[in-house]
Amino acid sequence: MAITDATIEYVAALAKLDLTDEEKERAKVDLGNIIGYVDTMNRLDTTGIEPMSHVFAYNNVFREDVVTNGPDRENILANAPEEKDGGFKVPRTVE
Amino acid sequence: MDITSLSALELGKKIKAGEVTVEEAVRAQLDKIKARDSVYNCYVTVMEEEALKRAAIVQKKIDAGELDDSPLAGVPVAIKDNICTKGVLTSCSSKIMSNFLPPYDATVIERLEAAGAVVIGKVNMDEFAMGSTTETSYYGPTKNPWDTDRVPGGSSGGAAAAVAAEEAWYALGSDTGGSIRQPSSFCGVTGIKPTYGSVSRYGLIAYASSLDQIGPIARNVSDCAAVLETIAAYDAKDSTSVQMEDYHFTEALVDDVKGLRIGIPKGYLGEGLDPEVKEAVLAAAKTLEAKGASVEMFDMDMVDYAIPAYYVIASAEASSNLSRFDGVKYGYRTPDFEDLQDVYKKTRDEGFGMEVKRRMMIGAFVLSSGYYDAYYIKALQVKALIKKGFDEAFEKYDIILGPTAPTTALKMGENLSDPLKMYLGDIYTVSVNLAGLPGISLPCGIDSQGLPIGVQMIGQAFSEKILIRAAYAFEQTRNYERPACVKGGEQA
Repeated sequence: MAITDATIEYVAALAKLDLTDEEKERAKVDLGNIIGYVDTMNRLDTTGIEPMSHVFAYNNVFREDVVTNGPDRENILANAPEEKDGGFKVPRTVE
Repeated sequence: MDITSLSALELGKKIKAGEVTVEEAVRAQLDKIKARDSVYNCYVTVMEEEALKRAAIVQKKIDAGELDDSPLAGVPVAIKDNICTKGVLTSCSSKIMSNFLPPYDATVIERLEAAGAVVIGKVNMDEFAMGSTTETSYYGPTKNPWDTDRVPGGSSGGAAAAVAAEEAWYALGSDTGGSIRQPSSFCGVTGIKPTYGSVSRYGLIAYASSLDQIGPIARNVSDCAAVLETIAAYDAKDSTSVQMEDYHFTEALVDDVKGLRIGIPKGYLGEGLDPEVKEAVLAAAKTLEAKGASVEMFDMDMVDYAIPAYYVIASAEASSNLSRFDGVKYGYRTPDFEDLQDVYKKTRDEGFGMEVKRRMMIGAFVLSSGYYDAYYIKALQVKALIKKGFDEAFEKYDIILGPTAPTTALKMGENLSDPLKMYLGDIYTVSVNLAGLPGISLPCGIDSQGLPIGVQMIGQAFSEKILIRAAYAFEQTRNYERPACVKGGEQA
């Protein structure tokens, strides 16, 4: 399948990437080649095959709803690019 | 004697016997790293101060007899830079994580340290473990100690190269599509990708969660078995963790393969395989046959579809997993932004390298409305067929044997500009991850260019002991030496 400029704009928006024009051009070529190759899967008839997300029969793993990790705000915020009043600081999101 | 040439278990024995102190081991390793790493670039972070402090603590415990059951007590270890180490840079070799100091240790680090390990540093990798050459690292490429014009493989290239160059006795890597086995093959060392769920992923920064698995890289099978025995365990913090019946992997270090049934998929010897690699792998099978195993070729149809299915599934999971890097909670943030969308988009565009962006876009594409069934669901169906193919093969065979990679180590830059060509190099490794199986790569020869060749053995889920026994028995027949440049001598 052909990867168009519109496809690249769309997937870049989904992936939250602000690509340069040069990156967009390169992505168009690379994704075209890769998706073209991935299309070889279509030679295989998979009618009626159940899609397998996990190889082992995992069940949901439940635990009691109790807090086991202690407070660690200082350490966690130490990695934040910006913090304010014990929280992560971001630009204004609501006018 | 240069103690950095010893195996990890040999060093552990000397430490226990009081012939070498933990501090001496740490200092010897630090000296070797200082002497060589400016050439090979295996390490992102060398933890000199922390390791020396830790050496004193571990020495006390050893002297008090508290670590008598830990054969690796006091032996320094290198950790791939996508495994969280509390307070020590864990960068995933990415700009976006180039200032990240984890507030906690991964479960594997806790387990190693409880057994007396001394973490000596964090080793280089392809950015976010996406790549097969360690060239996509933000910290520059790692070089192959066998030939510095060549790549060490990837994504655990720093780990494999460090073990080969005697800059580490052993290392932990991670393997999503071959990232332990392929660099082990390229660097002439031994690496195990354990069964999915046998080693906790808690604290491993996720690339593709359904495929990722942590495992050991070391100089021989015995060291790998001892490391695996230390790190494998059920962990409530990883909901995909599995309780195994038997963790005594070192019991399987037995030189006996009588009656072992080995199958070689014909599709693993086809087009694209280097003739010298093919010859060495078939010779390895012959060797095992001479030791009493049976060897048979068989058809496994799905080989050609493993790579497309793998890249769809891995990229889909990556696009979801890597959405957490947004310039808000940790890591790099763009200095120049107006609103929150700007923070996200500019941070991610500036913080991620091209290969990571490419996979996130492939992932976004195959998961997007209109393409989800055609790509993502289709890949999960192919995965089901691959698993079925392995299940059928394991009714007849105990071990599946083949090459680890189609070639020996590639020249630097050879695949960097052509991602698809790089992906095709993963043909023999990715299906093991899709099926959740254990696999080992170990050296089986040296090609005419003087580069190591790796043979891969694949076992049934949770059959690590059979795999280790087969690999150990084969290893006993090794009759060549590593070249001087990777044995402690100087680069030729």
